[in-house]
Amino acid sequence: MRHLISITDLTTEEIDSLIDTAEDIISRPEAYREVCKYKTLATLFFEPSTRTRLSFESAMLSLGGNVIGFSEAQSSSAAKGESVADTVRTVGCYADIIAMRHPKEGAPMVASAASTVPIINAGDGGHNHPTQTLTDLLTIRREFGRLDDFTIGFCGDLKFGRTVHSLITALSRYKGIKIVLISPEELKLPSYIKKDILQKNNIEYVHSTDLTAVMPMLDILYMTRVQRERFFNEDDYLRLRDSYILTPDKLAGAKSTLSIMHPLPRVNEISTEIDSDPRACYFRQVANGKFIRMALIMKLLEVGI
Amino acid sequence: MNVDSVRNGIVIDHIQAGKGMEIYKFLSLDSIESPVALLKNVQSRKLGKKDIIKIDGDIDIDLEVLGYIDPGITVNIIKDGTLAEKRHLELPETVTDVIRCKNPRCITSVEQGIKHIFKLTDRENRIYRCIYCESKAN
Repeated sequence: MRHLISITDLTTEEIDSLIDTAEDIISRPEAYREVCKYKTLATLFFEPSTRTRLSFESAMLSLGGNVIGFSEAQSSSAAKGESVADTVRTVGCYADIIAMRHPKEGAPMVASAASTVPIINAGDGGHNHPTQTLTDLLTIRREFGRLDDFTIGFCGDLKFGRTVHSLITALSRYKGIKIVLISPEELKLPSYIKKDILQKNNIEYVHSTDLTAVMPMLDILYMTRVQRERFFNEDDYLRLRDSYILTPDKLAGAKSTLSIMHPLPRVNEISTEIDSDPRACYFRQVANGKFIRMALIMKLLEVGI
Repeated sequence: MNVDSVRNGIVIDHIQAGKGMEIYKFLSLDSIESPVALLKNVQSRKLGKKDIIKIDGDIDIDLEVLGYIDPGITVNIIKDGTLAEKRHLELPETVTDVIRCKNPRCITSVEQGIKHIFKLTDRENRIYRCIYCESKAN
């Protein structure tokens, strides 16, 4: 029995195979309509989420399966003090696979040790969110045609942004990746990720505080939100905020083939004027999330067409 | 200062000076029946000064804990007054229930009955990380 707790649980071949399956699902969804018939997915969301939970549920329903679960801790026995281990042991009696989001880091790992059915980490606090990374990788391959030999810029909160850390980790396995880190000094990528991931894998990277200046270099721009609560003082936040908001004028020097990605939800870091630009692919990215989750559910349930 | 030789037991040698008491506590040596000697600031050619713990009695020592606290330690097993075995310790790959994760966002802060496990991620810099949340041990 396999679980997915971190993106590093999957080999590069397995990631590529999941992406292949997702693309096949996109091209002929009818072939997959009943592959999970009589199977049940439990979505255990100990904290609220719109996209991830609905994406998992939609994925299972599109595979012909059933869905049970809860969308906040208050409506579960966790509110009575039940442990994560006991919750998944119980839910394993009703479901064939569990997708779990929990505010505490490492909760899905604890769940996987106790569970009798596969556990998918649907986000554990600020730690891991492997299905977002799979979504990002599928999006890059669909938008850009490959997963090697490109320059990707990560912009915004690179210090706390789990999606950024996870995607960098995944991309470090592919050849010819160049990374441009665009952030204020306060939100730079943590040094242990530079050392353990980028330097260890000989990934070429540069740091810049100026999004406009580096724009012409980029094949992919991965935007994240600069959050007010990450700053020690309001003045710094107000000073830096606008530098990392993507507006049409900042795209002036960008390649015509650029792909603009964002894990969403967006607040104001991408101007809505960009939405109609064909280079904006964040809503296509959302759609891809469902297909890669379908592929993952199939893999962990060991079912196929 | 004279301390009787150990007949059957363990001599924990080459402890970094000042760490002897920490090891004494970690091994819960205050609760064993056998004679125990903690020697502090003993002259050492190798270290300048060192601590030594002598235990005259057959007890199980958690070498994982010792290696984590001070990988330079040597453990001598004494049988019938002679050295039967000498073990040089090194940093263990994992340590279980020795240190606690201090990250308040870690699942170990709320889940009951969970083992606190740390994994060695950087031997050169002696960095251990919680296996659940990957926070650095400190």
